[in-house]
Amino acid sequence: MKAKFLIPLGLFVVLVGFLAVGLGLDPREVPSPLVNKPAPLFKLTQLEQPELQFAPEDLKGKVWLFNVWASWCVACRQEHPVLMEFARTKTIPVIGLDYKDQRKDAMGVLRRSGNPYDLTAFDGDGRVGIDYGVYGVPESYLIDKAGVIRYKHIGPISAEDLQKKIIPLINELNKS
Amino acid sequence: MKYLYALALALLCCASAGAKEATLLADDPVVEQRLIAISEELRCLVCQNESLAGSRADLAQDLRRELRGLIKQGKTDAEIKEFLVSRYGDFVLYRPPVKPTTWLLWAGPFGLMAVGVVALFVYLRRRNAAITSEVLTDEERQRVQALLQEGEK
Repeated sequence: MKAKFLIPLGLFVVLVGFLAVGLGLDPREVPSPLVNKPAPLFKLTQLEQPELQFAPEDLKGKVWLFNVWASWCVACRQEHPVLMEFARTKTIPVIGLDYKDQRKDAMGVLRRSGNPYDLTAFDGDGRVGIDYGVYGVPESYLIDKAGVIRYKHIGPISAEDLQKKIIPLINELNKS
Repeated sequence: MKYLYALALALLCCASAGAKEATLLADDPVVEQRLIAISEELRCLVCQNESLAGSRADLAQDLRRELRGLIKQGKTDAEIKEFLVSRYGDFVLYRPPVKPTTWLLWAGPFGLMAVGVVALFVYLRRRNAAITSEVLTDEERQRVQALLQEGEK
């Protein structure tokens, strides 16, 4: 009976708890239904060599990183040095998808600030982006040896994301 | 005069907005009607508080273009929604489907109401019990009698 006055306090603490968790969540991060599903198939021309094509099947048997970017995307610039550093380690193939862009602009960016991609597929009208559920560039997909998407990263990859999430997952996927 | 000016400005705004909207209309008004009906039930991924029908985001325009294509192919509404759900998840639906992960969402408010009703009943019962257990002493009874008689006069 004495503790009755603690009930509103308890409710208040619970409410604050919910708000605190809510503040920490990013509403832009929508969980993708594509994780653990086969990566959607496509065939696109390459950015730098339009006469060559790229299809995800080309990398069957390998774990690879599929990074969606564009020359107009500001957050991609933030991610760029991290990808450059990662590409230098030659851990896995890094494939770019140039999303809703102009070839000339995209190639300009790669020339100016360096090219972390083994190759970039050119998705000028964004159709392939829709199949991959892209809604905010940059987005990255880690695809396993069987061509299944194992992880989707929304927003720029930070050095910490790479060390703590992506590289451990790559090591695990490489074992199987 | 000022009001008239404001009104004219507002009308002008609407007129230009209408003109912009009209350019989006496809050649087939029936397709466009269905597109609007379906996309009003869908959330735009970019500006999350807008429907796919109302959003001017680039992605929303691309998605409307895809949906127009699907409608022309004669897909059903369910198939069209499935097209988006398989890519973006249930998040695109303004009416989430009932399934184990959304049970709490659907049943939660009713659960909270049930808790409230039970709490109300318990409280009323206790209060009733407290009232009936009040027994008057003889002295009090006499005072009541006296007060009542006084009131009748």
